[in-house]
Amino acid sequence: MYELDVNVTVNGRIFKRRIQPRLLLSDFIRHEIGLTGTHVGCESGVCGACTLLLDGLATRSCCTLAVQADGRIVETVESLGRLNNLSPLQRAFWEKHGLQCGYCTPGMLMLITELLRENPNPDRETIRLRLNDNICRCTGYEDIVSSVERAVELMGVERVVG
Amino acid sequence: MAEAGKVHSPPLGRQKERPDQRLSVIGTRMLRKEDPRFLVGRGRFVDDIALPNMAHAAVLRSPHAHARIKSIDTAAAQALPGVLAVITGEEAAKQTGPLPCFANPPVEQRCIALGKVRHVGEPVVLVVADTRYLAEDAIELINVEYEPLPAVSDMIDAINSIGDAVLHPERSKDNIAEHRTYMFGPVEYEFGRAAHVIKRHLRWARSGGQPLETCGAVASFDEGSGNFTIYVNSSMYNYIGFTIAAVLKVASHQVNLVPVDAGGSFGSKLFLHKIAVLSAVGARVAGRPVKYIEDRIDNITACDGHGSDRSYDVELALDANHRMTALRYRVVDDYGAYFQFGLGTHGNGFSQTVGPYKIRAVGAEIYAVFTNKCQQGACRGFGSEVTNFMIERVVDAAVEELRLDPIKFRRDNFIKPEEFPYQIPTGNLYDSGNYPAALDLALKMLDYDGWREKQQMARTQGRYVGIGVASCQEKGVFSATEFWMLNRAPGFALTSSPESASVKIDATGKAVISLHAPCWGNSPETVAAMVLAEQLTMDPADIRVTYSDTDHGLPGTGPGGSRYTVMVTGAVAGAARILKEKLKRVASHMLEAGSHDLEFRNGKVGVKGASGVEVSIAEVATQAHFFRLSLPDDPDLSSGLDASYTYDHPLATLPKSDSDFGIFYPIMGHMCHMPVVEVDAKTGQVSFLDYVAVHDCGTMINPMTVDGHVRGGTAQGIGTALLEQFQYDPNGQLLQTSLQDYLMPRIGNLPPQVRIGHVVTPSPYTEYGVKGAGEGGRMVAPPAVVSAIEDALGPLGVRIDTLPVTPARLRALIREAEARKNAVR
Repeated sequence: MYELDVNVTVNGRIFKRRIQPRLLLSDFIRHEIGLTGTHVGCESGVCGACTLLLDGLATRSCCTLAVQADGRIVETVESLGRLNNLSPLQRAFWEKHGLQCGYCTPGMLMLITELLRENPNPDRETIRLRLNDNICRCTGYEDIVSSVERAVELMGVERVVG
Repeated sequence: MAEAGKVHSPPLGRQKERPDQRLSVIGTRMLRKEDPRFLVGRGRFVDDIALPNMAHAAVLRSPHAHARIKSIDTAAAQALPGVLAVITGEEAAKQTGPLPCFANPPVEQRCIALGKVRHVGEPVVLVVADTRYLAEDAIELINVEYEPLPAVSDMIDAINSIGDAVLHPERSKDNIAEHRTYMFGPVEYEFGRAAHVIKRHLRWARSGGQPLETCGAVASFDEGSGNFTIYVNSSMYNYIGFTIAAVLKVASHQVNLVPVDAGGSFGSKLFLHKIAVLSAVGARVAGRPVKYIEDRIDNITACDGHGSDRSYDVELALDANHRMTALRYRVVDDYGAYFQFGLGTHGNGFSQTVGPYKIRAVGAEIYAVFTNKCQQGACRGFGSEVTNFMIERVVDAAVEELRLDPIKFRRDNFIKPEEFPYQIPTGNLYDSGNYPAALDLALKMLDYDGWREKQQMARTQGRYVGIGVASCQEKGVFSATEFWMLNRAPGFALTSSPESASVKIDATGKAVISLHAPCWGNSPETVAAMVLAEQLTMDPADIRVTYSDTDHGLPGTGPGGSRYTVMVTGAVAGAARILKEKLKRVASHMLEAGSHDLEFRNGKVGVKGASGVEVSIAEVATQAHFFRLSLPDDPDLSSGLDASYTYDHPLATLPKSDSDFGIFYPIMGHMCHMPVVEVDAKTGQVSFLDYVAVHDCGTMINPMTVDGHVRGGTAQGIGTALLEQFQYDPNGQLLQTSLQDYLMPRIGNLPPQVRIGHVVTPSPYTEYGVKGAGEGGRMVAPPAVVSAIEDALGPLGVRIDTLPVTPARLRALIREAEARKNAVR
């Protein structure tokens, strides 16, 4: 089948691959590059588990072709903190029990990463409105809202101290 | 026959860890051990498994609800470059037997349909190819000739099906999978002398767990040994995993089932047989490891895990003092095309079929029917969530018809705190409870009287505000008897449902706990680490938790039936007791003190009353591992520091008869939910103004994770009440085959806050008094929410008998009610 060369920057590294035009970005990220933190839930853009940032915009990678990411910048959950150095957002999700099974979590983290870049001090209603984009089947969302509020707090402290 | 009432000489339990002791780790809101890996995107879900040379499978699904397979032309698919295997039902049947089934007589289900398809989505051909994309290309090239058969979509039609409409003619001449009648206590007598009989017809819609991760497996077949290795996001692999080997026609020790993190289950991954077998068959035929991950359509149409789908006619008998005396119901349950757990979901309901009330007699007539739909599996509550809905709906009906106070009526009928342990008419025991305390706490937290005033004000403004109440049970810790006790002939009448833990403390004093069932998104690592830390006064950071595959697994039944925390706690505490003995024996030599004079404190073993005379667990561990010659020549002091313990059900008895099932689900939790809703009568939209959820799950290991379960379960219950439904049209076509159509709650559908309260009534039978908490939210929210909506629309006289209460359904009810009113005028 016809193939194309793409050049995608993922979490700061450039990946050159020859791929079929039909390859989904979610599959490209998960199986071509091996970053399995991005999860696939519904394959129809409804649940948001596959959310990553494409040129800074929260994007459903299950409904995006990998070729559409050619020459663009992708950020996934793996770009956030590390195990022993969690980012404030990750730390906040841990502290406030913002996850249970962990499957929707990477998508949630990237969705909120976008929000907090736009607006470092969102109020509760703004957070709730944004969270309406993604589905979590475990938590009932309330602890996710608290997690985001806690992240705002932690990031505020980081800005002041840091 | 089991006489309902307080049990005066209750069974002796095996509780060793008393609930009233001082605890330092248990009861804290310790952050979860599971979280960091998920937060950095390094969970290990089944689709994250990649084996060298791995191929990929896809399934051709049946487009028909019911049809004979006349012929399958796979030539073009076989010829497509990159395709490794194209496997039809006939080919699969050469290599595999029927899938496991707990019903007796069983119902034959094949991993790939053989001769006939019985529901939309049923696998017809499995294709293995170099990539998933290619496998799906190949599927497009397969030509199947079907001869359509009459589709059965309606559960009442199913009762009367004949001829070609019968799904399993080799098993029965009709589509009645089972028809049983049970009488517990003097049902006829109580109805005969009742002052009031309240009747309702209720309809609980088919929904499903629908975790965000679908089911999947990665299998490899080793030609050198003849062994399979199967990674699968199933539970129960260390319980009934051997049945997978039987299906594959190999010995049980030739299949190693390897657990992975599951991206949610809610029951739907209780025991995944079809997925594991499909991937294994693919691997054996293709000669390469094979990954098969359901896509969302596969999962929705063929996951073998739809929830209950029931129609009830229920009657409640009351005496002149408005005391509930007896309950009887006729229920038709649409099980779909197969019958993997038999009537298990109704047996489950018998564990708490009187709710929290002193009902003396229960009669049940159950029709289980086959239709051309995905079969039922487990779904958070395993049928008891529907029993709760039935009870609370008929209780609310009594409130409405007899103009009673919903709070007082419930309270007057509660089993009293001093009446435990309490035997219900089915023979099951409620170990403990304090229902008035939960009700009182909920009333206080909600400011019930305040909301009643606000409701009155709202009504004067033409607003429809309603306050709901539901008081429900959460049965915890099933006994295996529930799998077969409703079978006519028991079949394989197993009675064990154990859980094991293995603990190893290495030479430096760090501990690894192996569990023998998977992580489902609950918190088994957190629970296990907290219990061991409590027992050994260790730092939980020094404890890691892993999950054994079947090669290394001890008996483990896994999460389900609100049992895992209770059972893991029992297993870890048991293993810790063995370890403590050994630690003390070694330390007694190091400290030259008697073993009985030693205690555990701050990660050390020390002499009681002598501060500073102590050795750390790490020092003892080094001694135990490496300095055998420093210890006495005692054969019981072999090197190393490890222990395994298998914890059996804390309290169960055998069924005595069809009118006394014995004790099979005794660790009884309780919930009282009070939602406040507002209904927009013009649009039928329901929104939440407040929500109070009081739960009693006994001693809480970790209140933070309990609250998480309460919130998540409540959200799911609200989904069940308002949104979720799998509907099949008259031709057996499923109308919701994506998450665009199958609506699950988003944050905007839910209360702004679920305010949680706890009443703690420890179990006298489990370690530390822990009870289950995983299912409670979904088991009480549906009747609570419906009660609130009905209360809101009280002025219009709207009655709600059918779920889900979608805006369209609610608008129809409001229109009917308004028409009735106008007609009266």
